[in-house]
Amino acid sequence: MEKKVLVNEERCKSCGLCVAVCPKHVLKISEKLNSKGYHPVELFDNENCISCGFCYLICPDASIIEIRRPEPVKR
Amino acid sequence: MKTVYKKPEPITNRPTTYCPGCPHGIAHRLVAELLEEMNLTSETVIVWPVGCSVFGYYFIGTDAVEAAHGRACAMATGMKRTHPESFVITYQGDGDLASIGIAETVHAAVRGEKITVVYVNNGNYGMTGGQMAPTTLIGQKTTTSPYGRDPKLTGFPMHVPEMLATLEATAYIARASLDSPQHIIQAKKFLKKAFNAQVNGIGFSLVEMISSCPTNWKMTPVAAMERIRNEVLPVFPIGEFKVAEGVE
Amino acid sequence: MGEKTLMKGAEVIAEAAMRAGCMAFFGYPITPQNEVPEYFSRQMPKLGRVFLQAGSEVAAINMVYGAACTGTRVITTSSSPGISLMQEGFSYIANSDVPCVVVNAMRGGPGLGDIAPAQADYFQAVKGGGHGDYHSIVIAPYTLQEEADLMFDAFDLADKYRIMVVVLVDGLMGQMMEPVEFKEWVDVKKFKTPDWATVGQRDRDHRNIITSLEILAEGLEKMNFHLQEKYKIIEKNEVRFEEYKMDDAEYAITAFGTIARIAKTVVNMARDEGIKLGLIRPITLWPFPTKLIEKRAEQLKFFFDSELNAGQMLEDVKLAVNGRKPVYFYGKLGGIVPSAEDIYAEFKKHIKGDR
Repeated sequence: MEKKVLVNEERCKSCGLCVAVCPKHVLKISEKLNSKGYHPVELFDNENCISCGFCYLICPDASIIEIRRPEPVKR
Repeated sequence: MKTVYKKPEPITNRPTTYCPGCPHGIAHRLVAELLEEMNLTSETVIVWPVGCSVFGYYFIGTDAVEAAHGRACAMATGMKRTHPESFVITYQGDGDLASIGIAETVHAAVRGEKITVVYVNNGNYGMTGGQMAPTTLIGQKTTTSPYGRDPKLTGFPMHVPEMLATLEATAYIARASLDSPQHIIQAKKFLKKAFNAQVNGIGFSLVEMISSCPTNWKMTPVAAMERIRNEVLPVFPIGEFKVAEGVE
Repeated sequence: MGEKTLMKGAEVIAEAAMRAGCMAFFGYPITPQNEVPEYFSRQMPKLGRVFLQAGSEVAAINMVYGAACTGTRVITTSSSPGISLMQEGFSYIANSDVPCVVVNAMRGGPGLGDIAPAQADYFQAVKGGGHGDYHSIVIAPYTLQEEADLMFDAFDLADKYRIMVVVLVDGLMGQMMEPVEFKEWVDVKKFKTPDWATVGQRDRDHRNIITSLEILAEGLEKMNFHLQEKYKIIEKNEVRFEEYKMDDAEYAITAFGTIARIAKTVVNMARDEGIKLGLIRPITLWPFPTKLIEKRAEQLKFFFDSELNAGQMLEDVKLAVNGRKPVYFYGKLGGIVPSAEDIYAEFKKHIKGDR
């Protein structure tokens, strides 16, 4: 499945605000390093993400660049 | 997959110079989202202040000018009066607006200048290293109130929206907070009304956005947001203080 | 050119500015120039142009700054204490490369001083006043007719060089009445928004940012070099002065504005007594007619500088003369205007020893 939270890792400053507001605890600060020396945030549990967009809303650096929601499955 | 949120176009590709967790970036994004949604980007001029957001024009991609400290509302007046077709925003901090620029701000409001003020209040002078501002809370320690702000010496926190709401020519005056997703959604609603007040030519509009300053408060970004809820909002309550007729 | 009108100096400023295409006035009341904003407040609305009384001179100059950033012909007028308050804005305007016109009807200082005519803001106008390395073009008319003509030049120069132009007069110039013939109205419909103006990007292929800020020292040095280059061109092209009976002169009075009017009488008094006195009257105080004075130093026995201050332009005259000939000075302070007889008597004190 495609990622529901798209992160621009270069913009992230690992402030952790998104991790703190995520109601489903699907985000974490990664072990990676960007060119500024910050550890960018990472969506580690795409399946349980509910695309609420809280992370996007609180992100001060527009590093959460897009939130996507799966189309409802037609029965 | 359907896109629910997307980084607005007016936010430039240049990463901001703000400290990690600084809510200035949230306020920038709200401005940019509304410029895009309301199709205002190409007619907008933003008057940037002196303070942490002094480089704001690198982060929101509109025509822009850089005002002297506190003079944004006067500069915006000169632009709007000579070019009423421009959409003119000032973006100012609490030191810039409430201290050195209070006269320019009050008189722009008195005259009902058709400009929109985005007023970001983090209770101290961030850029210069965390000195006391007119908005600093009682007892709050800053680099120039090392024993805590003492009202006997420096008075009480300044409530700008409450003051401006008493002026007849103001169209929309509100206070929002940037501490949580819920409050950020509300902040955008308030800001949209403020933008509309200008678009519809009603009068002066201002939205105060309660912000944090993790670096100078010496807190983590998350703890600083909690401090807003626990300590700042009880002194600076969220709400709409003036909604003139015709503001949607 | 139309017919002659008898008008007060302050109103001449406003009328000429409007004719020159001034689209906006922002200012704050201060004596002795209140007739300027009052005239603007009556006429600008009729023309569909902007008149706004600001909350202070600090606000007024920043409104001017804002309007200037949109490429609009804009003016503010004030007097010495008000001009002091505006210095912050002048400095920002200088490093932003935006055009505007400022009129200073100088009064006696320092501090609140008085409301009588003075020329004690020469240093402030010519040497900067605000912070940083910058110049404004400074023009000093000496009759109301010249004032009426120079207002047009002030706006043209401001636009041509994207610079602030100061029209430096004094309370006397503002209050006196003289017949004036105005130039024709400039067709403002021909004005186009300049490519650099901040009015919203619209169809432009780039966005405009007007700022005096450059945090990197190398970048700021570059901005300063740009200003200095501009100033060099202005110094080369825009020096203006008047000479009166200088061809055979052995002595010269140097004076500007009001005092230059009196100095002309002094020249004639001297000539009546067979003394070969002439007048050098700088019209632009910056750029200063340095080369002219340098040249005249060869033929003259001495210079006699007279001003309504303690000797300000005197320094520029001395720099130009560079020690080759004596430069004497006579000034009145606090708003007192000397008579031609006073100046002549002072001048003759020096000539005695000389003969």
